[in-house]
Amino acid sequence: MNPYIANTPEETQEMLRTVGAKSIDELFGDIKPHHRPKSFNIPDGKSEFEVVKYFKRLSAQNATSLIYFLGGGYYDHYVPAAVGALISRGEFLTAYTPYQPECSQGTLQALYEYQSAICTLTQMDVANASLYEGGTALYEAAMMAVRITGRNKIIMDGGVSPIYRKILKSYTTNLDIEFQETPVVHGQSDRAQIKKILDKKTAAVILQNPNFFGAIDDHSDIIDEAHRLGALVVESVYPVSLGILKTPGEMGADIVTGEGQSLGLPLNFGGPYLGFMATKKEFVRKMPGRIVGQTVDAQGRRCFVNTLQAREQHIRREKATSNICTNVASCAVQSLIFMCLLGKEGLKELAQLNLDKAEFARLTLEKIKGIEVKRSSPTFNEFTVDLKTDASRVVAAMLKRGYAAGFPLGRYYKGMENYLLVTVTEKRTKDEILDFAKNLEEVLCN
Amino acid sequence: MQLIFEQSVPGRQGFKMPVSDVPAKTQIADRYRRIKECAWPQVSELEVVRHFTKLSQLNFSVDSIFYPLGSCTMKYNPKFTEAVARLPGFADLHPLLAQLSDGESLAQGALKVLYDMDRFLSEITGMDDFTMQPLAGAHGELTGVMLIAAYHKAKGNKKKYIIIPDSAHGTNPASAATAGYDIISIPTKKDGTMDVEILKKKLNPDVAAVMLTCPDTLGIFNSDIDKIAEMVHNVDGLMYYDGANLNAILGRCRPGDLGFDVIHINLHKTFATPHGGGGPGAGPVGVKKRLSKYLPISRVVQRPNKTLFLDYDCPDSIGYTSSFYGNFAVILKAYAYILLLGKDGLTETSNHAVLNANYIMHRLKKYFTVPYERTCMHECVFSAAQQVEKGVHAIDIAKFLIDQGIHPPTVYFPMIVKEAMMVEPTETESKQAMDRFIDCMIKAADLAQRNPSMFKDLPITTPISRPDETKAARDVDCNFFFDTK
Repeated sequence: MNPYIANTPEETQEMLRTVGAKSIDELFGDIKPHHRPKSFNIPDGKSEFEVVKYFKRLSAQNATSLIYFLGGGYYDHYVPAAVGALISRGEFLTAYTPYQPECSQGTLQALYEYQSAICTLTQMDVANASLYEGGTALYEAAMMAVRITGRNKIIMDGGVSPIYRKILKSYTTNLDIEFQETPVVHGQSDRAQIKKILDKKTAAVILQNPNFFGAIDDHSDIIDEAHRLGALVVESVYPVSLGILKTPGEMGADIVTGEGQSLGLPLNFGGPYLGFMATKKEFVRKMPGRIVGQTVDAQGRRCFVNTLQAREQHIRREKATSNICTNVASCAVQSLIFMCLLGKEGLKELAQLNLDKAEFARLTLEKIKGIEVKRSSPTFNEFTVDLKTDASRVVAAMLKRGYAAGFPLGRYYKGMENYLLVTVTEKRTKDEILDFAKNLEEVLCN
Repeated sequence: MQLIFEQSVPGRQGFKMPVSDVPAKTQIADRYRRIKECAWPQVSELEVVRHFTKLSQLNFSVDSIFYPLGSCTMKYNPKFTEAVARLPGFADLHPLLAQLSDGESLAQGALKVLYDMDRFLSEITGMDDFTMQPLAGAHGELTGVMLIAAYHKAKGNKKKYIIIPDSAHGTNPASAATAGYDIISIPTKKDGTMDVEILKKKLNPDVAAVMLTCPDTLGIFNSDIDKIAEMVHNVDGLMYYDGANLNAILGRCRPGDLGFDVIHINLHKTFATPHGGGGPGAGPVGVKKRLSKYLPISRVVQRPNKTLFLDYDCPDSIGYTSSFYGNFAVILKAYAYILLLGKDGLTETSNHAVLNANYIMHRLKKYFTVPYERTCMHECVFSAAQQVEKGVHAIDIAKFLIDQGIHPPTVYFPMIVKEAMMVEPTETESKQAMDRFIDCMIKAADLAQRNPSMFKDLPITTPISRPDETKAARDVDCNFFFDTK
């Protein structure tokens, strides 16, 4: 019995008669005997009850009660129940790309609203309807800058997520792209070095705010210098921080991308997430991905359609701006619901809470003897601590005590083996922070 | 319908924040601060709920109606898989946890999902190893082509071209071009299969790979596929399988046995995860052993004691292709679907997908031109050529179907069929639902003869009529706040 197939044996026979075939096997006549599978060892099916039971057991093998001080670009924020309830509606979930606008206005209007919400958040002119995730979005932005400028040198700040930097390198291995990386100094962009190597061959400078170490910055001066030399600036941002921090639009950035997971998406062990992208109006035709535009119908009523499709693979094939087909529409709408629930005041409150909790954690950890909380630059909800001992071992010991204590920076930065990146979101209470510090102190003493 | 921003009233908020229990209002210097306020709407929770409920009701979806959108495999998405994906042990798991020392011990359940899917998909497709990382079908294609490039580079091969038939999805040439290759296109013969004679002529030592969909986008399985593979291998080219249509052949044949070296699978098609209005999907990539060492970082590996870990020591790998381990929640749902259906259930899905498509083709072939009349696989392609003579185009028939409460087939694809209408009923539709569709199509054919002018104003039952797409592209408006920015 297959609960997802409606055809009864009688109906199957009736349909076979219509088709003029004796059996279903006959319909597969083009697959010759020598094409048959060498094996097909898949277990027998199970009931829904049995499968769900299996997954309950399996999911219990994962951490379920860890207290997260772990971030690194992916954050343990609270997701209001209304977000899950609305995005689970079958009318959103089981539709596809809105190729037929008359019967897809729900998805189309929601994506238009999503694009608008991203634009006002980042203070940019235009946004697309989403890309896969923050890392691949940054790669798409880099290639977009190469297309716009006709240049091939990219300057990458060491404060950009090391994961993202690795992604960019993988994709450009076989392309004629020159990367120059500038290391961070005291946790911040080395602006003197960036300005020194900026030249008329530079397509883009790639920056991140707050950077991977949590440091916040105003990149306006770097952006001005890049523009003077005809280069673009791509800025990767953490959306929640923009409730307080200067926006990439206000700094003058040309292309903005980021990871939208913090806007109402569960951590989901890495995906699906949400890559967002926004840019200046003059670059809209060079932007990859679906774009939803407002127009009117035959009666002059406002409506929404996929637009500028001449950029896309299903029309342009090998000449498209990107090979992207589907994006993550459902994640984009999910984030929109979150953004609407928060509203402009909620966003400010959320950002301030993150800032305050992290500052409290910073002050608390500073009291632990023998470790050094880095203070060379202001931070948002993440900061670095020099534990003066191997951070990965401390993190392992803290896991046994129920804390994901942070991200050991030595994993991606040579020479920083003693450094821990600590993240504090609005979900952490004062007591949790105090207990965390107490446990950390004990682990360090042992 | 009003935009959510137009419903905003200062002072409203749809979510209650916790009261801060730490000293408040940490100050940061003005130069780091946002200048202009963000304009997210100020609305209550109920207003948000009503707005999105109403918006959802403007959509056609599989849950509400027949959705035979060819090539997209709009089959039913079982609800229990959603419940599985929501289990907190999966949904709340931080991806970096598995990268901490000893952190993997707290993610064994999640790693098992990835590991088992690697094994299952390898067995289903006849490949040796899989990566779960690609986040969509097109992303899988790009990953696959990068693997092909790495293979040739390691062998010192200087290859420039990828061969793709003209019936292929647009993503194939776009992905190959993104990875740095030039494209050679091969025409389709009168019987609907790729012209092998022309392929023979075009094959040369500079060809890195041939990308094929099998069955192809016309719904036809090429019986000479193994011979094609041999020809391609003879010039040290690789065979790439676009798994978009894998749902037609489960248990019947395996791309790996047919001679394919690299494959991507669209989990959201064959393995029934929801399409979400355009994603997220998932596009795992499988390879034969000789390509395994190039797979993206990281790989889920089993130790002799059966525990699982993420292996980052992959010196020959093409590197990081996405931030983590793929669209985990999508992979999880597909895994649950495979476990429930099992071996026989999977084979049955292909059986009935193919039966249903042939049923529709036979019932409608009297009324619409069938450009390649032969037994089809999971989808059938019609042309509105006869109707065009009366001025009724495929798009007009599509709009007629919308008024009948049916989602239209894919129209104008494959591009090689004039006025194409590509119908993919999937195995989950009942005969009654298909009969209703068939009746509507026959009615459309009849109306096209008797009253062709009536199509021009369709649809009339939807909240909007046909949009002005030219205006949308000319006066681009994709941000409500653009003028007030």
